[in-house]
Amino acid sequence: MAEKILLKGNEAIAISAIRNGVDGFFGYPITPQSEVMETLMKEKPWETTGMVVLQAESEVASINMVYGGACCGKKVMTSSSSPGISLMSEGISYIAGAELPCVVVDVMRGGPGLGTIQPSQSDYSQSVKGGGHGDYHCIVIAPASAQDMYDFVDWGFELAFKYRNPVIILADGIIGQLMEKVEIHPVKPRRTDAEILAVAPWATTGKPAGRERNIITSLSLEANTQEAFNRKLLAKYDAIRENEVKFSEYLTEDAEYIFVAFGCSSRICEAATDMLREEGIRAGVLRPITLYPFPEKEIARLASKVKSMMSIELNLGQMVEDVRLAVNGRCPVGFYGRQGGNVYTPEEIADAFRKFNNLK
Amino acid sequence: MESTDIKRPENIVYRKPALITDTTMHYCPGCSHGTVHKLIAEVIDEMGIQDRTVGISPVGCSVFAYNYIDIDWQEAAHGRAPALATAVKRLCPDKFVFTYQGDGDLASIGAAEIIHACSRGENIVVIFINNGIYGMTGGQMAPTTLLGMKTSTTPYGRDAKLNGFPLKITEMLAELDGTAFITRQAVHTPAAVRKAKNAIRKGFEYSSRNIGLSFIEIVSTCNSGWKLSPVEANRWMVENMFAKYPLGDIKDVLKEDAGK
Repeated sequence: MAEKILLKGNEAIAISAIRNGVDGFFGYPITPQSEVMETLMKEKPWETTGMVVLQAESEVASINMVYGGACCGKKVMTSSSSPGISLMSEGISYIAGAELPCVVVDVMRGGPGLGTIQPSQSDYSQSVKGGGHGDYHCIVIAPASAQDMYDFVDWGFELAFKYRNPVIILADGIIGQLMEKVEIHPVKPRRTDAEILAVAPWATTGKPAGRERNIITSLSLEANTQEAFNRKLLAKYDAIRENEVKFSEYLTEDAEYIFVAFGCSSRICEAATDMLREEGIRAGVLRPITLYPFPEKEIARLASKVKSMMSIELNLGQMVEDVRLAVNGRCPVGFYGRQGGNVYTPEEIADAFRKFNNLK
Repeated sequence: MESTDIKRPENIVYRKPALITDTTMHYCPGCSHGTVHKLIAEVIDEMGIQDRTVGISPVGCSVFAYNYIDIDWQEAAHGRAPALATAVKRLCPDKFVFTYQGDGDLASIGAAEIIHACSRGENIVVIFINNGIYGMTGGQMAPTTLLGMKTSTTPYGRDAKLNGFPLKITEMLAELDGTAFITRQAVHTPAAVRKAKNAIRKGFEYSSRNIGLSFIEIVSTCNSGWKLSPVEANRWMVENMFAKYPLGDIKDVLKEDAGK
């Protein structure tokens, strides 16, 4: 029987990194995700799996350490929270432009600016639409439990290496701090040099006689070369949109009304749905698990058979724009959100739902 | 006809280093970059470490260093090369890792990254080209621009009240416990070139001994930015740059230990 232990979401990220053979973690303290690096330092994985853990001088440095490690074909990651992710955005753009795999965890807190240290989902647009400069996308996956935090590290690296693209695990302060039972697996060893060579022949690990030198760069001064590269990226993003969409549904089969919510909000919406169902209102929840790629086809399918949809987010309304694009007029789309670290109750969501749908 | 048909091999006393590629360099005539590239290529070749060396190029004129030396390269964001090098060396401790950075890249936007890489004692080599100006973007003031020196953003000369003072970052880094070898060199004469090469070689050798970071500053010319001919630029450098940035070793932990 699989081992189950009690972990905070942030701790689950750290334990999962060690057990999934991650080569390096480079981080900088910031609330509410500091437990990730604290757990790693306490576990001392450099003595067991050989994983490198380093506290950098800034988020700018930590993402560039990730960049350097990713250039070597290593499984490298960092974690931070909203203001720190802003600082990392330059590096993430370079990593996307150099087509390198890595995992970045954002345990969101309220903003803008220094904002709050309480949970928020207000980095949806930053993560999904870009954040840094230039035409690029990160693959964005949104955990809703400590178990997801554990599982998404491995899944994140799988996607990152499959597409040579940065992956953001977009969590929030609730998921990061929430303590739950987590099923863990035995330690998987880190990749050997030969295994790295097999999955990353492009890696800069020293040029042996008999191969061309490997150069990792995002620079091309010639317009046609850059345009060809941008189109190559587009083809990659098209493939990601085609193949990697993931979502879960709660009571959508017979639903007349749909909540769309990700991360912690999806769980609160499930409770609101249960309350509404007791009143005889057939509600359901669509939870996008991948935020990029977005489950637009499924939303469109549901939109043509329900009376309305509501996007429920801990922000001023960010994902709702993508919901509206996917719905494309097929049904009314509403929004309800809380900000500043405040979190809605299921009752509050049910009230907002009744108000939007003119139900008593 | 091949060149070897007219030159007898036994008479060849100098040739292009094996690790310098055939790509035509984009550097201006008289620029120091080409000479320093050649020295790095020679050291890597002579030490037989091509297959274990990773270079990190900067943003600035030497952004294309990766086109000229036949090794694996990573191209960093502006100022961030020491962060990349830190990760490479820690993840692949058997590699030789060096950054190649200009004064804008290293001493201005990348000041935090170089200070902390030095402070942590990363076992890497840093080659620091100091010509007191931003070359690639058109000759703007750098942190190392001398007082009174004219650049496109100090058209009346650098004024301490308006622009602050020239930053002697090399002396500053020598104060940090994590640095093993700190030296300032130039490549304006054959003798200087030989000394600079020895310094670069020492830096690479030290980087495999886990004693900390080796930092080699090369005081350099920028004829285009300084608006001087190569010969005049060398003279101006000797008279002005060397006065502020004197050549020689500043720190060598192995020598200091030997003396005790």
